[in-house]
Amino acid sequence: MERIQWQLARVKSIVQETPRVKTFTLALPHWTPHLPGQHYDLRLTAEDGYQAQRSYSIASPPEQTGEIDLTVELIDDGEVSAYLHEGITVGDQLEVRGPIGGYFVWRDAMKHEPLLLVAGGSGVVPLIAMLRHRTKIGATNPTRLLFSVRSVEEAIYRTELEEMAKQDAQFELLLTYTREAPAGWTGYHRRIDRTILTDVLNRFATQPFSFICGPTLLVEQVANTLAELGLPADTIRTERFGPTGT
Amino acid sequence: MAFFNKGFGRKRDQTASDRIPPGQYETRDFPVLTAGPTPRIPLTTWSFTLEGLVESPVRWNWDEFNALPHQSFTNDIHCVTKWSKLDTHWEGVSIDTLLEHVTVKPEARFVMAYSYGDYTTNMPLDDLRNGKAFIGFRFEGLPLAPEHGGPARLVVPHLYFWKSAKWIKGLRFMEHDQPGFWERGGYSMYGDPWQEQRYRSDD
Repeated sequence: MERIQWQLARVKSIVQETPRVKTFTLALPHWTPHLPGQHYDLRLTAEDGYQAQRSYSIASPPEQTGEIDLTVELIDDGEVSAYLHEGITVGDQLEVRGPIGGYFVWRDAMKHEPLLLVAGGSGVVPLIAMLRHRTKIGATNPTRLLFSVRSVEEAIYRTELEEMAKQDAQFELLLTYTREAPAGWTGYHRRIDRTILTDVLNRFATQPFSFICGPTLLVEQVANTLAELGLPADTIRTERFGPTGT
Repeated sequence: MAFFNKGFGRKRDQTASDRIPPGQYETRDFPVLTAGPTPRIPLTTWSFTLEGLVESPVRWNWDEFNALPHQSFTNDIHCVTKWSKLDTHWEGVSIDTLLEHVTVKPEARFVMAYSYGDYTTNMPLDDLRNGKAFIGFRFEGLPLAPEHGGPARLVVPHLYFWKSAKWIKGLRFMEHDQPGFWERGGYSMYGDPWQEQRYRSDD
């Protein structure tokens, strides 16, 4: 197999998604189509040769050719995320290689199966790629995103997700606010628990395939609860980040 | 002049940098990475088996396994997701100790480690011998937590940590190398952190 090569991408645009989250659109000289859920490795090199690498999920769908969107949360004391947030501007170059990963991916063969996506915070990034691709291919499988955020300000892609839910009768957005909910909010207002998951599962006519991404504790708890609620373990896929302080 | 990112520099202390493989960074906590729900394995039904290319397979239950000679191990561990953790303390049974209980056939050169929850990972048999690997059941003085692979996990510290199968159930000896769970998904067949063999195409 040919080694997945490092390539020099050019930063095409930067969008501030939330106070701590930015999306970097990178134009790639050697773009190849990815599967929603896959990631790229990103490598920073200092002038003295020191290097640091991180993996970032791709937010864009494969229909967005020639470029990728990487949505990056600023981590306290984060060596890479802090540089990306503070040191990178449009036109700069970044070294990346990918796409990588063949497990936490939503494949077209799954497009007829009901789909449950559960995200905590920036765990929504690989899931938005699945949702964007699902919209592009016109899939009509019942799909729900249960999205745990601290507050409205921290809900990445909120406007797009709300618009998607309006346009697509088969897609339901279920937000839960763990700190402040907006005025007049009647939805979930706590951390995801067994009651919420039972409620969400009951909205499906048949058992969904699930993808869960977010902080370790959320992912552990949601995956284990879904298994206890009767979803077969091999239909629950997880991806975690943190709490590594980076 | 090779490419570099202007203004980027090391933020972390460098005291142990010779112990951190390329592309890795040091973390002090112990992140959890698995592909699905955490299997819950009662100790009453737990067992560990050596099988495949052996003269006769051997199986231990939890009490029998705990009665085997234990050792303490201190290792640096390196996860393919880029974190490394230095000086982790384990207690467990060396694979060398386990191998004293079977006769491995001469054609056996590879091992498939398999787990509760159907996880698998492959490696050469030589990478488990001569003090290089063990079955760990205590971590930092406490029973190994389920999310970190308890009751017991394989620990092969010189390879990327996905080779250290959580919830280990047994080892199957094989003549030819075969890909396990992540290896089928495009990860390296061998996974040497110092060679940065992360993905299959890095082999």
